Amino acid sequence: MNKIYPNAAAALDGVLHDGMLIAAGGFGLCGIPELLLAAIRDAGTKDLTFASNNAGVDDFGIGILLQTRQVKKMISSYVGENAEFMRQYLSGELELEFNPQGTLAERMRAGGCGIPGFYTKTGVGTVISEGKEVKSWGGQDYILEEGIFADLSIVKAWKADDTGNLIFRKTARNFNPPAAMCGKICVAEVEEIVPRGSLDPDNIHLPGIYVHRIVQGDHEKRIEQRTVRQKETA
Amino acid sequence: MMASEIKGWGRNQMAARAAQELSDGMYVNLGIGIPTLVANYVGDKDITLQSENGMLGMGPFPFEGEEDPDLINAGKQTITELNRTSYFDSATSFGMIRGGKIAAAVLGAMEVSEKGDLANWMIPGKLVKGMGGAMDLVAGVGRVIVVMDHTNKHGESKVLKECSLPLTGKAVVDLIITNLGVLEVGHKGLHILECADGVTPDDIRAATEATIV
Repeated sequence: MNKIYPNAAAALDGVLHDGMLIAAGGFGLCGIPELLLAAIRDAGTKDLTFASNNAGVDDFGIGILLQTRQVKKMISSYVGENAEFMRQYLSGELELEFNPQGTLAERMRAGGCGIPGFYTKTGVGTVISEGKEVKSWGGQDYILEEGIFADLSIVKAWKADDTGNLIFRKTARNFNPPAAMCGKICVAEVEEIVPRGSLDPDNIHLPGIYVHRIVQGDHEKRIEQRTVRQKETA
Repeated sequence: MMASEIKGWGRNQMAARAAQELSDGMYVNLGIGIPTLVANYVGDKDITLQSENGMLGMGPFPFEGEEDPDLINAGKQTITELNRTSYFDSATSFGMIRGGKIAAAVLGAMEVSEKGDLANWMIPGKLVKGMGGAMDLVAGVGRVIVVMDHTNKHGESKVLKECSLPLTGKAVVDLIITNLGVLEVGHKGLHILECADGVTPDDIRAATEATIV
């Protein structure tokens, strides 16, 4: 079975529909599926809900889908770097569901593992717990959070083999594995596709069972906050 | 003396005092701002820094020209790895946070109550950016150390009987380090553990709305 597609548009062919829930990997602009997001913009799919830790910046990442008004709702933990996001949210055009970052990651992981709900102490006694079931173990309260079951997962990895086994690089791994796990279909964009047998089976970060389609492409990999230190001069 | 005239510790002194709370072998998460400076004062102690976007063993900023877009901290700044570094996904990262494996978190605050309630993510009516990982951290780590100015820019106490802002966590703070000194959250109120240079316990009481026992 062939999982390799020639470009991002082809890799998304037949899997997009208006009103769908998409889980996207990435943290800030690090490890985001930038090629697939651009292809979704070009496809014009509307009323999308994104489960994604962040919403990109104005002209990169999910930000490009906000500019074209293709996003109905965001499920995120932090959306601070995006002026267009704020404009749409404050004017009521865009729904926003804040999830604590670890709760969002676990909701994706749980969905991918067939777990519809789990209890966590994160957010107990805060606005996050409002309307949620509370259960007590050993004198500690926990709230019920639900797994995320997405229609589609879009993720970015460093390398894939042709069977879909993925390897990520450094902190670009972040939300990509849990996001990949929770979708009915997962499309992965990678920097390099290598033949099966080239990757060390002991060092696969995400097994190919979770990955249905793969596309290789060139990535901009934009840096959000460039911080450096000076070399000491002799 | 008016509380607003008392300076006490500066940013670096507060960070240095927070570093005293960390002991050899600890895995620690440092927030943005003054908490980031704590790393400069750990001395010979073997401390491993966690970055909640998926890294243990966070190194310093890279040299110019060596920035890697795949290697950032939770503040989205470019950083470097160390010879002890490990990488993992976000679910694993918050598994170790929620699971109590991280010994301590040092973070800033807008308000702290005498019961250890913490508010640091949202001001109603103002731009809301989100809680990020703060709610998970304060609920999960072994010890929560807040580092902040004792009063706001209007000279009002940030150490309160009850927080007025939406909470990040309820009864989660263990220690409060401010420019005026160090306060511990006890069962019946706050205990003054230490006063900053030139600050008396009475100065701290005068600048604090919360109950000090």
